[in-house]
Amino acid sequence: MQQLIFFIQRFKYFLFFILLESIAISLIFTNLNFQKSKFVNSTNAIVGGIYTQKSKITGYFNLKSENELLAAENARLRNELQKKVFATQIKDSTIVDTVRYFQKFSFTSGKIINNNYNKEFNFLTLDIGKNQGIEKEMAVINSLGIVGIVDNASDKYARVQSILNKNSKINARLRNSNYFGTLDWNGDDYRTVQLIDIPRQAPLKIGDTIETGGKSTIFPEGILIGTVSKINRGNSAENTVVIKLFNDMSSLGAVYVIKNFDKLEIKTIENLENE
Amino acid sequence: MNNPFKQFFLFFAFLFLQVFILNNILLFDSINPYLYIVFVFLYPLKENKIPLLFYSFLLGLSVDFFSDTGGIHAFSITFIAYIRLFFVRVYFNKLEIDYPFFSLKTESFGKIFNYVVTLTVIHHFIFFSLANFSFHNFSNVLINTFFSSIFTLVLYFIGTAIFTKNE
Repeated sequence: MQQLIFFIQRFKYFLFFILLESIAISLIFTNLNFQKSKFVNSTNAIVGGIYTQKSKITGYFNLKSENELLAAENARLRNELQKKVFATQIKDSTIVDTVRYFQKFSFTSGKIINNNYNKEFNFLTLDIGKNQGIEKEMAVINSLGIVGIVDNASDKYARVQSILNKNSKINARLRNSNYFGTLDWNGDDYRTVQLIDIPRQAPLKIGDTIETGGKSTIFPEGILIGTVSKINRGNSAENTVVIKLFNDMSSLGAVYVIKNFDKLEIKTIENLENE
Repeated sequence: MNNPFKQFFLFFAFLFLQVFILNNILLFDSINPYLYIVFVFLYPLKENKIPLLFYSFLLGLSVDFFSDTGGIHAFSITFIAYIRLFFVRVYFNKLEIDYPFFSLKTESFGKIFNYVVTLTVIHHFIFFSLANFSFHNFSNVLINTFFSSIFTLVLYFIGTAIFTKNE
């Protein structure tokens, strides 16, 4: 026992160093793992509060472009609405209230208060959290396209795993055909992402639009992602297509968080099949 | 620099400087200075070496909280805080007896340059390797280390030129 105490006394500096470094290493590993609950992130009350104050100040600088984006989106939605009204009026006199009975997704608006896009594993911080009904694994989009998936929520803040994260995998498909693949990011350029595992026979052209496929319970189908900018048709097994994003990930402001009401039901059925 | 209040002030000054200003610079989309490590250079040498390790770990962890990087900053700054004494011995020939009288201000520029450059490059290399977390894109790690180190060092030397009083 005395030997042990003597040993600790002698090497306490080195042992303390090893202790701190192992804490850091374990934090790095838990941070890379999507499933585990995380401790070090920007959703806690102090950091989130400071970022909110900061975004209150810096938010003014891009109010103009933000307003233009929202106006454009409003115009697009009004057009959609007109189409719907027209279609229902002609079809039948009895209209089923689709809003009440067939609503599958609900949208909550929020604001990005901290944005990262230059690292390999990027995360964003949202100013809404559990109090506003935000939970893990909800989709985050804005008026131009997809942004990411919520990976951690505290009472007032939520952390989003950006699509610019090497761990992020999102189901995506071609707009004009039903071939689908997986959206991935190689960590290089924040303007482009990669579409992998798309079948060879899929008709691809430069400039084709890519959207979410709706084969996961997170994203509704048909949310815009980007356009095809480069096709690698080599002999290699991997068939990678480079996608240019519609979204400018370096300047994000207002976003929507999507909740899927049927998620639990779908998950239960899928799990039954596996057993 | 032996005043504990001053170190407390420096801790928060470097933390907020890093997370609110320097993390948003992103020159050519990826190059960022990491000036908060200067805390390790400026912390006085003492008989009891454990507080520096602890404070630098805390500083790294706080930067991690703000930039969502897990424990990468904490790991790399604790590492340079640990090996700092080794380089003090190599470059300045100082043993434990000399610690109370040691000050960066009295040393020659060449020695300080070597000392600061070595620690900065080691920190940046560890940081970018962990941030990348694979051997894929390893050239990116080297490029980022090189340019970010230059950026950090330029800021450090400009900063010391401004803040040291001429006597």
